[in-house]
Amino acid sequence: MSAVTTTAVPTLDLSATSAVPFRRLIGVEVRKMSDTRAGMWLLGAVGLITVAVVTIFFFAADDGQRTFLNFMLTTASPQGFVLPVLGILLVTSEWGQRTTLTTFTLEPSRQRVIAAKVVAALLFGLVAIVLAVGIAALATVLAGEPGAWDDIGADDFAKFGILQIGGIMQGLAFGLIFLNSAAAIVSYFVLPLAVSIVAQIWAGFRDIAAWVDFNTAQQPLFSGVDVTGEQWAQLATASAIWILLPFLAGLVRVTRAEVK
Amino acid sequence: MIKVDGLSKSYGSFLALDDISFTCQPGRVTGFLGPNGAGKTTTMRIMAGLTPASRGEVTIGGHHFRDIPNPGRHVGVLLDASAQHDGRTGREVLTIGARTMGLPDSRVGEMLEQVSLTPAEAKRRVRNYSLGMRQRLGIAHALLGDPSVLILDEPANGLDPAGIRWMRGLLKAYAERGGTVLLSSHLLNEVELIADEMILIGRGRIVAQGDKKALLAERGTSTHVMALDSSRLEEALTANDVTWTPAGEGLAVEAEPVEVGRIAAEKGIVLIELRPAHGGLEELFLELTSDTQRDDITPGGPA
Repeated sequence: MSAVTTTAVPTLDLSATSAVPFRRLIGVEVRKMSDTRAGMWLLGAVGLITVAVVTIFFFAADDGQRTFLNFMLTTASPQGFVLPVLGILLVTSEWGQRTTLTTFTLEPSRQRVIAAKVVAALLFGLVAIVLAVGIAALATVLAGEPGAWDDIGADDFAKFGILQIGGIMQGLAFGLIFLNSAAAIVSYFVLPLAVSIVAQIWAGFRDIAAWVDFNTAQQPLFSGVDVTGEQWAQLATASAIWILLPFLAGLVRVTRAEVK
Repeated sequence: MIKVDGLSKSYGSFLALDDISFTCQPGRVTGFLGPNGAGKTTTMRIMAGLTPASRGEVTIGGHHFRDIPNPGRHVGVLLDASAQHDGRTGREVLTIGARTMGLPDSRVGEMLEQVSLTPAEAKRRVRNYSLGMRQRLGIAHALLGDPSVLILDEPANGLDPAGIRWMRGLLKAYAERGGTVLLSSHLLNEVELIADEMILIGRGRIVAQGDKKALLAERGTSTHVMALDSSRLEEALTANDVTWTPAGEGLAVEAEPVEVGRIAAEKGIVLIELRPAHGGLEELFLELTSDTQRDDITPGGPA
C-alpha cells in the first residue's frame, strides 16, 4: 500500500499520426451535403429546375431566340435561388443539428473546416454550372436554329460562373453569420429586397445603388453586352459588401463561438 | 493521462468552474459525478477544445487537444448523444467519422457490432433512435478511431439496466487494456457501478475525489442505531459525550458501531438495529452536494 507511485502523467505518442489532410475534409463536407434527404432534395432541385426552365424556354421562346447563350442565361436566375440556399445549409445544418460538436472534435481547427466548406460549395457551384452549360447545349442542338452558336466567348462563361459562384458564396457567408437556417434564408431573400425598396423611394440612393446593391451590380452580367470597367468595379464593391464582409464576420463568430 | 490544472471558467459574473484540478490515470475508469449544472459538461467541453478556459488548462497525455493531430485517433469524445443529424442513418454518422479520421469503412461495421446495433437499426435514421440507441451510436463513434483516451458525457443516460451493465463491461475491458476513461453522470449508482475513481463536483468546485474505498474511509464513521427504549439510549449516549441526532425511528450517532454497542450493553439497553451508516456513497454524495443542490435537502434531518 505504501508503494512509491510516480506522479508523472503518461503522455500520448503523437509521432505516428499526421493531421487530417485537407482533401479528406473536403470529401467529408461534400458527403455531408448529400447524405440526408434534405440535402438530396436540394441537389436534385438544382438539376430539376435547370432542366425545367430550359424546357419551358425551349417551347415558349420566339423563333430566333433559341440560342445557346439564351438557354444558359435562363438557368441563371432559378439556379440562383437554390444555390445560395445550398451554401447556407452547408453551414447551418451543422449548427442546427449540433453536429459541430463532432466535427470540431475530429478537426479542432475551425478555419480548416470552414475552408473545406468553402471548397465544397465551390465544387457544388461548379457542378451546377457544368449542368447548365450541358443542358443548354443539348437544347440548342435540339432546337437547331441558325446562328444559335454565334458570338460565344470565354467571357460569357466567366460572367455566368461569377453569378452562380457568387450566389452560393453569399449563401455560405449568410449561413456563417447567422448560424441558423431560417434566419439566414429569410435575410438572404429579404435584405436585398429592402435595399431595392430604399432605392425606389430615395433618389439619392439610386446613384450609388450600383455600388452597394448586389442585384443592381449583377445586372450587367445577365446582359449579352460587354461589362465596362466601372461596372466591374461596382460588382467588386457590392460583392465585398454582400459576400466578403458577412463571410469575414461569420468566420470571426465561428472561430470565437463556444460550441454547444 | 488527462490533467486538469487550475481550471476556471466564468460567464460574465457567473463562475461556472472555480479552480478545479484533477487527473485521470490510464487503466482506470474515472467517474465525474455531480448534480446538474455543476460544471461537468463545461469541463468536458474545455477538454475537447470547444470552449475556451478562463484560467488554467487541460492537457491530454501532455498535449492540448487542439495540438493533437487527427485527434479522433487518440481521444474518443462523446459530449451529447443527441447532437447528431436527425436525417442521417446510424451507419452514415459513423461513416463520416471514419472518413474524417482516414479509417476504412469496414471499421464502421465492426463498431456497430461492438455496440450491438443491428444492421437493420444502423440503416434507420437517427431521428427514429431511442436515447439508448443514440448513446450506443455515440459510444461507437467515440471508439471508432481506437483511441487511448475516452471522454464521455452522461453516456449511461437513457440506457436500461442491461445497457448500463453492458457499458460497464465495455469500459472496464477498455481500461484493462490500458485505456483512460473519464465519464460523467449525475446519478451516483451509475458511477458506483462503472467507475474505479470518483471526482465529485458541485457548483463548479471539486468537493471530493479518490477511489471509492478511500472516499468512504476519509469520511469518519457514523452509526445507525435503534433501541427498544430510545430515550434511555439517548441519555446513555449523552452521558458518554457521544453526539447523536434523531434519524427516522432510530438515531444517527457519530461513533463506531462497536462503541455504541458497548455503551448500550453497559446500561443493559436492548438494541433492535445497529449498523454502520452511509453504507453506500449516496449519502456522501447528497451530503457533499447538498449545499450546492437546487432542491433544498436539509442534511441530518429526519429521513
